[in-house]
Amino acid sequence: MRDLWPLALVLLAALALPFVVAGMDLAYVVGIATRIMIYALAGISLNLILGYGGMVSFGHAAFFGTGAYVVGILSTHATYGEPLTTWPFEVGGTEQALIAWPLAMLAAGLLALVIGALSLRTAGLYFIMITLAFAQMIFFFFVSLQAYGGEDGLSLFARSQAGPLDLGDDRQFYYLVLALLALVLFLKSRLIEARFGRVLQGIRDNERRMRALGYPTYRYKLVAFVISGALAGLAGALIANQTEFVSPAFLDWPRSGDFIVIVVLGGMGRLYGPLAGAALFLLLEEVLAAWTEHWMIILGPILVLLVLYARGGVWDLIAGRLSRRKAGADG
Amino acid sequence: MAEPLLQVEGLVKAYGAVRACDGVALQIAAGQIHAVIGPNGAGKTTLIGVIAGELPAEAGIIRLAGRAITRSPVQARAKQGLARTYQITSVLPRFSALDNVVLAALAQQRHAFGFWRPLRREAALAERAAAALARVGLEAERDRPAATLAHGQQRQLEIAMALVAEPKLLLLDEPTAGMGPEDSARIVALLKALKGGLAILLVEHDMDAVFALADRITVMVNGRPIASGPPAAIRADAEVRRAYLGEDAA
Amino acid sequence: MLLLIEQVLNGLQLGVTLFLLAAGLTLVLGIMNLVNLAHGSLYMVGAFICASVAGATGSFLLGLVVALPATALVGMAVELVVLRRLYARDHLDQVLATFGLILFFNELVRILWGPRALFLDGPSWLSGTVEILPGIPYPAFRLAIIVLGLAVALFLAWLTTRTRLGMLIRAGASNREMVSALGVDVRWLYTLVFGIGAMLAALAGVMAGPIYAVEVGMGESILILTFVVIVIGGIGSIRGAFVGSLLVGVVDTLGRAFLPGLLKLFLMPATADGVGASLASMAIYILMAAVLIWRPRGLFPAHA
Repeated sequence: MRDLWPLALVLLAALALPFVVAGMDLAYVVGIATRIMIYALAGISLNLILGYGGMVSFGHAAFFGTGAYVVGILSTHATYGEPLTTWPFEVGGTEQALIAWPLAMLAAGLLALVIGALSLRTAGLYFIMITLAFAQMIFFFFVSLQAYGGEDGLSLFARSQAGPLDLGDDRQFYYLVLALLALVLFLKSRLIEARFGRVLQGIRDNERRMRALGYPTYRYKLVAFVISGALAGLAGALIANQTEFVSPAFLDWPRSGDFIVIVVLGGMGRLYGPLAGAALFLLLEEVLAAWTEHWMIILGPILVLLVLYARGGVWDLIAGRLSRRKAGADG
Repeated sequence: MAEPLLQVEGLVKAYGAVRACDGVALQIAAGQIHAVIGPNGAGKTTLIGVIAGELPAEAGIIRLAGRAITRSPVQARAKQGLARTYQITSVLPRFSALDNVVLAALAQQRHAFGFWRPLRREAALAERAAAALARVGLEAERDRPAATLAHGQQRQLEIAMALVAEPKLLLLDEPTAGMGPEDSARIVALLKALKGGLAILLVEHDMDAVFALADRITVMVNGRPIASGPPAAIRADAEVRRAYLGEDAA
Repeated sequence: MLLLIEQVLNGLQLGVTLFLLAAGLTLVLGIMNLVNLAHGSLYMVGAFICASVAGATGSFLLGLVVALPATALVGMAVELVVLRRLYARDHLDQVLATFGLILFFNELVRILWGPRALFLDGPSWLSGTVEILPGIPYPAFRLAIIVLGLAVALFLAWLTTRTRLGMLIRAGASNREMVSALGVDVRWLYTLVFGIGAMLAALAGVMAGPIYAVEVGMGESILILTFVVIVIGGIGSIRGAFVGSLLVGVVDTLGRAFLPGLLKLFLMPATADGVGASLASMAIYILMAAVLIWRPRGLFPAHA
């Protein structure tokens, strides 16, 4: 139960947030907070395979973007009343969150199944390059989709409809994302302690040993990859709703890099790591971007320094400082 | 003689031009300890790798309890009753000793696709794991991360991980390698206690251990078995003495 | 027929450009076991240096002569300052740090040269066309790239198999201690290999400059193609890089040129254009997937 404390605290703060800030700042703050949570969700999905499964996937944006596109495409068809397909029977678009979002997860999960089945035949360097390459393939696929805006992407007419909620209202949308994030965190806290999660971590630590024990490791890694892809699809569906805009930029390769940064920044294989990582990364971006338009020239070296000197993520950095201070106080 | 538990025939495994295993034949009866000895580079570790399934055989047949497993992947062989330890101990360093064994026990279940119930609350698995730890004398270290265990203890842990699966055949690759005499003696005593319950293929350099434990011994030189028989016969075999034991037992 | 020959040549030209990048990268991957995402940045830096020198002096050749050693120095500096510390780290660290390097180099180039693309003209004496077969003209510059790329391939084959340096490089890949025992400082050997890789990347950038735009981000799109090449060819294999490069170059070029037309035989023209364009842009990745199914470690695995 001790593990649930940070979650409860963050949850309380998050619940209060839209009431603490008011006026002009509200839209801005709630907007950023929503974006942080959505990126945290994507980070959580990547953390499952990267942090708990030891699979360095450099193609996570593909699943994120696919989820976004599914929502975008369904919504466009609903807006213009054009059926998606007329054969073998007519299928129309939809703006219903309860239909579109699960479909986004399904599509991203299926894509992860195909990409994972191929990429997981390899490991190490090959795996990194192959996931990156397949993600780029999906990127080019959406770039070439002229019917849905090609390179320019497509704007959504409105956010999804979710029963009594009005997602067009930033505050309601914020609370829905918060609820989803809390739900996902809870489910993941169960998953990583259950049989599947423990086996996955065993594979991360020593795959050869796990195979010799009798585990068909490929199967476990593939299932983790698919779950991870579907979750990233959900994050994508949410980002499409927040920005009311979908474009290939959502699946371009730097986005995959951002997700890795978010996971590592927060500390790999930590349940709440991606939340901290997303908050830190997006706020850092925000601060640097406000300071200079060339903020990436600072962010780049920060990443290099982080790798060279703070390998366990900010979490360890803070924990290390604290324990050192404590040790100093004791001695 | 009843059908042997493990039957290896004409096994060939080559690295480029070097034949690490060159027509190895071997039979192990249920409950027997069969030692494979030979000078460095004789192909003993390769033989274990091929039997375990980590290295593909180029030719030959491996049968476990009558079923050909020559083409089965590692994990399938493990499920059919093969367990192994490595020459360089291989455990899950970040997991506690108990959790290492729990995962080994879990591997024997049909699958481990459980997404909800915490593994540490699965009492049946934990009990079996604790019993296996007790069998190798590690019950006091159950909650320590494997990485913090001493070398000898990690080896004991590896054996516990193998035992919990109740294998038909245990492959031990130099279980006393890199150990002091005290740890070595403990492992030998442990293996002696296991004798009869399961078959063991033992690769070992420590001749005292080999002659204390083995029911049969096969001597390998340059990838080929040059002699096979009970310990007394091997000790007496002139060719073996010339090829190998001469340096050691003289 | 005429178009086919021209497109095959275009494919070869893209192929040898990819080879220049892949050769250096595959050595770094194979020998140092290092994922270097910033390899594409060196390609970009090379192109930009050449473009500005050529812009200032009007001489493409002078640009080339300056760009190659300058980029090699940049590459070696990066190796000394950052990458050297990453050899012993896991791949994730390498990915992150070199991702940081990409951001840095892209932004640096944007600050130094501005956000707009530069134009780089090839040398005037290569601006015409050459009649490769009677009635089939082909741009001389592109032909020169193909010839140069093949020459570099031959040179690298000679370097790695026939020279002491090549022997050391290959030995360093499998046995650091052995090379150290020969009295060679492996660290400097690595820096040198990295410099060679950087110079080849710069050469690719300079060659590609007059054909594609010299712009920020040019390194990454080609880097990913290079990864596809290496996955197909097998990590650490120069031969694999060569075969993979030509395969990817030709398949990509022919796919874009002919797939839409081909599909028009079966589909409505509008659909064919759309599907054709999609398929063409995905062709090399599908090729990569096929190779993966058939040979997960590439066509020429270096360590079988």
